[in-house]
Amino acid sequence: MQPIVDVRSLSKTYKNGFQALKPVTLTIERGEILALLGPNGAGKTTLISTLCGITTPSAGTALVGGHDIVQDYRAARRLIGLVPQEITLEPFEPVINTLRFSQGMFGQRRDEAMIEKTLRQLSLWDKRKSRTRELSGGMKRRVLIAKALCHRPRVLFLDEPTAGVDVELRRDMWDIVAQLKADGVTIILTTHYIEEAEAIADRVGVINKGELLLVEDKAKLMARMGRKTLRIDLRDPVDAVPEALAAYDLELGEDGASLLYHYDTRGDGTGITRLLQALTQAGLHLRDIHTDQSSLEEIFVGLVKEDAA
Amino acid sequence: MNLYAVKAIYIYEMNRFLRTIMESLASPVISTTLYFVVFGAAIGSQIEEIEGVSYGAFIVPGLIMLSVMTQAISNASFGIYFPKFIGTIFELLSSPVSYFEIVLGYVGAAATKSLLIGVVILGTAQLFVDITVAHPLMMVTFLLLICISFSLFGFIIGIWAENFQQLQLIPLLVITPLVFLGGAFYSVSMLPEAWQTVTLFNPVVYLVSGFRWSFFGVADVPVMWSLVAILGFTLMCLAAVWWIFRTGYRIRS
Repeated sequence: MQPIVDVRSLSKTYKNGFQALKPVTLTIERGEILALLGPNGAGKTTLISTLCGITTPSAGTALVGGHDIVQDYRAARRLIGLVPQEITLEPFEPVINTLRFSQGMFGQRRDEAMIEKTLRQLSLWDKRKSRTRELSGGMKRRVLIAKALCHRPRVLFLDEPTAGVDVELRRDMWDIVAQLKADGVTIILTTHYIEEAEAIADRVGVINKGELLLVEDKAKLMARMGRKTLRIDLRDPVDAVPEALAAYDLELGEDGASLLYHYDTRGDGTGITRLLQALTQAGLHLRDIHTDQSSLEEIFVGLVKEDAA
Repeated sequence: MNLYAVKAIYIYEMNRFLRTIMESLASPVISTTLYFVVFGAAIGSQIEEIEGVSYGAFIVPGLIMLSVMTQAISNASFGIYFPKFIGTIFELLSSPVSYFEIVLGYVGAAATKSLLIGVVILGTAQLFVDITVAHPLMMVTFLLLICISFSLFGFIIGIWAENFQQLQLIPLLVITPLVFLGGAFYSVSMLPEAWQTVTLFNPVVYLVSGFRWSFFGVADVPVMWSLVAILGFTLMCLAAVWWIFRTGYRIRS
């Protein structure tokens, strides 16, 4: 079966010469959930905007449902729903009208049953007559999602769907994503949050500086990203890692006042208990301990370096 | 052809008009009434008749045109500028619609609104003076063409404008002076000869003259010229819109 989204050497260079997207080649299977991870300005939104028709590609092609996004834009865009990153809503219209507008724009006869279903699914039915400007930020985001869903897209783009939303909405969003996946909808989402990718994605793509560095099965990538660091602050600084602790592959912190222990949360055992016992036996006095998960940015830096090597 | 999208844009734009129906209609009605009081009653009593038409009636076509032009421009320019300003334009750009359908929706709605306003002003004027229309078919043709062409023009301004000041600039700095100097309130023949020649470079003269001819059968310039002028303006606007969409000017990067 042909992939639902087939991107071939798609790139975007703006008039001022800025290359926002280096040639990207990527296929996404029907019903798959792909999370695109990357720091701000990495090109995630550019990729999505180009596929959705908001910006025109500089080179390369892309097919959505077998339809070229430029040559056959009508057929391609009919299949697409887009939830943009910024909350952009007509402020004065009642919620229900903005959904009717979206249905019309996507070439569909008005379908009040679908509108009601979508509004109920997003807990917006009671708010259907409210003007969008009267709604809270979280509610506005729900409206944006409802607008994207009410024409029954087969491919849904979610650009930072959970940036700045409360826990409840995030949970709802994940439920909706799961429901859509069950209905065979393909979902491409961008996110900063590694937990989000972990929670819902099948595959993860990493974008940095306009370049798609890798697309990998979630489980494999998470294993690479699952490293944590235990930092042990010592009461009395040491000159070197004590001989007795050589087996733990410790790193000496700055000024010798702390020891760093890297471990993998996914392993069978982290070795922390044994390490702490060994520290006590070695006669070291602990002042404080804390753990750090490598931040997404650090992981990206790691990936970029790896990529360059 | 995505007619559902055209309808969606049209209804959406008309809703905007209906939300502010009082402001939309009251302001042209009030300003027309004011013009009548000032020009019709105060000045008109000194002028009496121009080419066999009472001054009060003489200024009606010009008044209608002034309101229709400014309303068409402001409605159409705001209609497309606002989505650009608040960002909702993303939905237009990512929808399965052609540029033609977008223009049809926005310009169709703006033309409808300005047409309604023109009709309301004509009705208001009837309260003050007795107006007969000598060439009804031509009157409707002129009115429609002006509604459509100036809505197109407004659409272009809305695309071009990068802030609210620019949005106001053209109507305020260009249209209003041209209409005032275009014989809306006087006959060009009343001017000194040198100024008559200068006036002929003002495109609005041809529009006002033709429109007034359809009411009273008197014109400053031949009616054919007026028709050519309005058709030419419409074509120019269409060409500009075509170019905007072909290049994605200030819409799609």
